[in-house]
Amino acid sequence: MSDPACEAKPACEAKPACEAKPAYEAKPASPEPRFEPKIVAFLCNWCTYTGADLAGTSRIQYPPNVRIIRLMCSGSVDPTYVLKPLLDGADGVLIGGCHPGDCHYQSGNYKARRRTIALKEILRGAGIDETRVWLRWISASEGQRFADTVTEMTEFLREKGPNPMRTEWAV
Amino acid sequence: MRSLIPVENEDVLSAIRGFLSQLLKAEVVDSVLVPMRTPTGAVTPALVSDAAFLEHADPLAPVMGLNAAPLAGRVSVREPRERVGVLLRPCELRALRELVKLQQASLDDLVTIGVDCLGTYDVSVYSAMRDDGGVDVTAYLATATSGDLVAAAGFAFRDGCQICEKPHAEGANITLELFGADLESGIPITLPDDVAHKLGLGAVAADRARPQVIEKVVAARTESRDERFSEIRERLDREGVQGVLASCVRCHNCMTVCPVCYCKTCLFRSQVFEHEPIQYANWARRKGAYRLPSDTMLFHLTRLNHMVLSCIGCGLCSSGCPADLPVGAVFRVIGQETQELFEYEPGRDVEEPLPLITFKEEEWMDVGEE
Repeated sequence: MSDPACEAKPACEAKPACEAKPAYEAKPASPEPRFEPKIVAFLCNWCTYTGADLAGTSRIQYPPNVRIIRLMCSGSVDPTYVLKPLLDGADGVLIGGCHPGDCHYQSGNYKARRRTIALKEILRGAGIDETRVWLRWISASEGQRFADTVTEMTEFLREKGPNPMRTEWAV
Repeated sequence: MRSLIPVENEDVLSAIRGFLSQLLKAEVVDSVLVPMRTPTGAVTPALVSDAAFLEHADPLAPVMGLNAAPLAGRVSVREPRERVGVLLRPCELRALRELVKLQQASLDDLVTIGVDCLGTYDVSVYSAMRDDGGVDVTAYLATATSGDLVAAAGFAFRDGCQICEKPHAEGANITLELFGADLESGIPITLPDDVAHKLGLGAVAADRARPQVIEKVVAARTESRDERFSEIRERLDREGVQGVLASCVRCHNCMTVCPVCYCKTCLFRSQVFEHEPIQYANWARRKGAYRLPSDTMLFHLTRLNHMVLSCIGCGLCSSGCPADLPVGAVFRVIGQETQELFEYEPGRDVEEPLPLITFKEEEWMDVGEE
């Protein structure tokens, strides 16, 4: 395999625990730590979760900002699952499912598509930033696409800044 | 068939009671679900099987404390059941159609009787009116003839009614057509030929002003609706839903009175939001402060996601709100925007599938592929 991502040094090799910098060493000069977005991802068991697994077993690097929750189908993502983390201050929510036509349960992803469209319209209408919610079709063979999606989303959210709901107590 | 229910001594109410009574006696239906007046003057729906009790029926009382569609569902949803006539306002008819799609009602043994709606008052306002000397039914019915739907002096219709642009009964089995009618000479009615035959009603080709009056009513109400919508839209854009509904006490009244919010195992009625004491402390520490009761916006946003596509705009959520929040207007504004995406009009047609249970393979093809 000549994929350049595969040749990247795995993190564990780059910095084994025993060689970690000693605690007394001077801290980096920058006083502002870089904002690290938190992404909650709901991935379908058959495609996107397996795609994420492939990214891992292929040692493709992607940002550690994503927290993955495995579901049987993108069609089983109730809007509440997306709303709860958003209102609690998660910076982004990713829903991953099989490409149209490939759903293990025939039509779950088509329903997820309509539900997500409605959800985003309602968020927009309610004055909540709907661009923090992403729906992506990623198949079991698309490990690279999964890594790219997480990278792209992390960069997008880093640019956007923290979810105002992190400090909004009155919701 | 179009016909006319005869009215004697200008007594429209007695004519309607007589008509309902005939439906029972001619065995068109086994019972009727109709608003009734209790001995102390309150108005509540009741299922009436004995025609003698219809002397208490008061379908013209301008009060709406609940939407009767779920009750129509309750008496029709499964067999064994009787054949029931249900007298419903237009918003109740629309809610009933949504409940049929949600499998919470069945039209198989229902005879729907739609009545044009001239506007309704909240229960508290109606009680005040009764204390104030009662409601002038003649003046109220006169507004149907002219199409100038005004509330009695010193009182206001329910919020939902003020912005309701669909007050005319459509698509019922039997329709009592109050708009544009000269009610003292008779109540125009549209009904199936076989029912008319059983009741001994003949075809009457009276000159009807109903379409013109409906046009006038709809135009006036659409104007007030658009005005209210732009006011709410502006507030939502400025404050967000968490600002507009900030005073919510999460009493769930809006959900309880909502005719299309039907789930028997609702998340918000469960123990899901009851946590260990230390959990609240952790959340408070994380944000610095933590609102209690928790998850008020999650409640409204979840409800929006679960039912706003079926929101038929009866406005009972606003009527039921102890904090006097514009819940109904918010839901209607966001509902209209979301319904337009799916070209869906709730309550229009029972054959129209709910947008979230159906799909086309070839739609929104760019979504998910970015």
